[in-house]
Amino acid sequence: MRISLQDVHKVFNQGRPNAYPAIRGVTLTIEPNQVTCLKGASGSGKSTLLSMIGCLSRPTSGRIHLGERMLSSLPERFLTDIRRHTFGFIFQQFNLISGLTVLENVLLPAYPLAPDFKQLKKSANALLERFGLQHKAQSPVQWLSGGEAQRVAICRALINDPQILIADEPTANLDTRLSHAFMGQIRQLREIGKTVLITSHDPVVFESPVVDRVIELCDGQVVEG
Amino acid sequence: MEWIRRQRYLIDFILSSLLRRKGKNFGLLLVYTLVVFMLASVMLFTHALKREVGNVLQASPEIILQRTEAGRHALIPADYLEKIGRLRGVTGRKGRLWGYFYDATVKANYTLMVADERELADTEVIVGSAIARARGVGPGDYLTFRSHDGIAYSFMIRELLDSDTELFSADLVLMSERAFRVSQGVTGGGYTDIVLSVSNPRELSKIAEKLTQRLPDTRPILKQEILRTYDAIFSWRQGILFVLLAGAIMAFVIFAWDKASGLSAEEKREIGILKAIGWETGDVLQMKFWEGAILSVTAFFTGYLLAYLHVFYASASLFEPVLKGWAVLYPAFRLAPVVDGLQIATLFFFTVFPYVVATIIPIWQASVTDPDAVMR
Repeated sequence: MRISLQDVHKVFNQGRPNAYPAIRGVTLTIEPNQVTCLKGASGSGKSTLLSMIGCLSRPTSGRIHLGERMLSSLPERFLTDIRRHTFGFIFQQFNLISGLTVLENVLLPAYPLAPDFKQLKKSANALLERFGLQHKAQSPVQWLSGGEAQRVAICRALINDPQILIADEPTANLDTRLSHAFMGQIRQLREIGKTVLITSHDPVVFESPVVDRVIELCDGQVVEG
Repeated sequence: MEWIRRQRYLIDFILSSLLRRKGKNFGLLLVYTLVVFMLASVMLFTHALKREVGNVLQASPEIILQRTEAGRHALIPADYLEKIGRLRGVTGRKGRLWGYFYDATVKANYTLMVADERELADTEVIVGSAIARARGVGPGDYLTFRSHDGIAYSFMIRELLDSDTELFSADLVLMSERAFRVSQGVTGGGYTDIVLSVSNPRELSKIAEKLTQRLPDTRPILKQEILRTYDAIFSWRQGILFVLLAGAIMAFVIFAWDKASGLSAEEKREIGILKAIGWETGDVLQMKFWEGAILSVTAFFTGYLLAYLHVFYASASLFEPVLKGWAVLYPAFRLAPVVDGLQIATLFFFTVFPYVVATIIPIWQASVTDPDAVMR
């Protein structure tokens, strides 16, 4: 599914003295089955743009289309529904729930959809196997290394078989070797036909041959790409 | 089907979550169970005791007639039995002899009573189990009483009273009429009171009215009044215990409120993560509802079960002094288990419902935050 943004603005604390325009008139199209990287310094608006595309928040003005469907006017309930079925998220801090096992963390996004448990467990185990975590399924996530936690986050993002994967600064907490390994995993995802959107200011990411397109942001505006 | 499956997933998640904070949740469960246990013990015990008293009093006479002098209970002359005359509805009348005896040896009061139907010899008595325990005597042993004029009389214990009736018979001494009159100085044929049997309870008030007219120096006491008095005494004692427990309950409420409303930064973060990975506000609320429900229902049933065992199998040993009264001769009796649906519902409403609500409200505030908070 193609994602298109038309003159999108996002203002935090609108109408208050501390109003802050994070995104200022962004218009762009993201093609399906590609790896797209949003590049830019801290505060350039990458994560804000990503959260609007991923239905985590709504733009102050402008339109966002997912395929034929306009996302920017949908109420929260519908946005959540689209988010569950269409997007998988990998966060900068991995955001795994500590105390739970690897398997439980991977299953979490599927709980509200209530699929058949046997089928769900089978999918989760298949994902863990694909990312080399089968032997860690019953380990609490706080025992994992950074690289393992990152892979658990990827498995969790894929459990509902989303079409689009969103990764916010995924290599910020990884060393260079693990960052390269992560890009290898992104390549796998592209090969199975996923659309991947990454924000990063890490050269390992935006200079990677896996990335099809780099969009550079500065002060909430697209400056390149 | 899908709804049920979703609830199962949510319960599964919440059970894993509860186990993550074992110490905190176990502590809460323990305090909660204790509060339910204490409240349920008092309620079950009072209720069973009232029921027991009611059952025993069912067999007691409908009207007790006492003579008064200067407003105080006095002996009633034997000819009052005749003076009552014919009263429609009265099926039996009988003079009773009873009194109290203070036994300085064990510092306890006994109730002495004449029991003609037992056909006791003048040197025989039948005693309640508590007296036998206090004095360390049994059938065949001798019990000595000092009479009103200082003479000591020894009686052989023929048997002990049935322990089923111990609630009432713990301190009872049954003896023959002659033995009673001689040892207690009740000579001259008077009785302690007169009991009347009435077959139709609707006639009771009319008969009582006629008795007052015919014998103005007497007061009729109806069985209903005795039942009401017992009821009031036990309710009053229950009230005292509830007041004493109020402190504990308040402490629990503060503890629960603090636990429920003071969402830690970690819990808030987790709610943010759940929302970001596709949970709706409703899912988070349902999950927290299950958390409150699992904790409170577990505490409720455990507390109630423990209270049931405490009251009906351990004779409510913790609350015994308050609920049974202060005495030397404690009746040792086992109450018949009574469970009242309304009572359970009341206790459930006042313990489970507030906790579940107190858990949900602060979560509501946390769960309506934007899911993108995790990204910022």
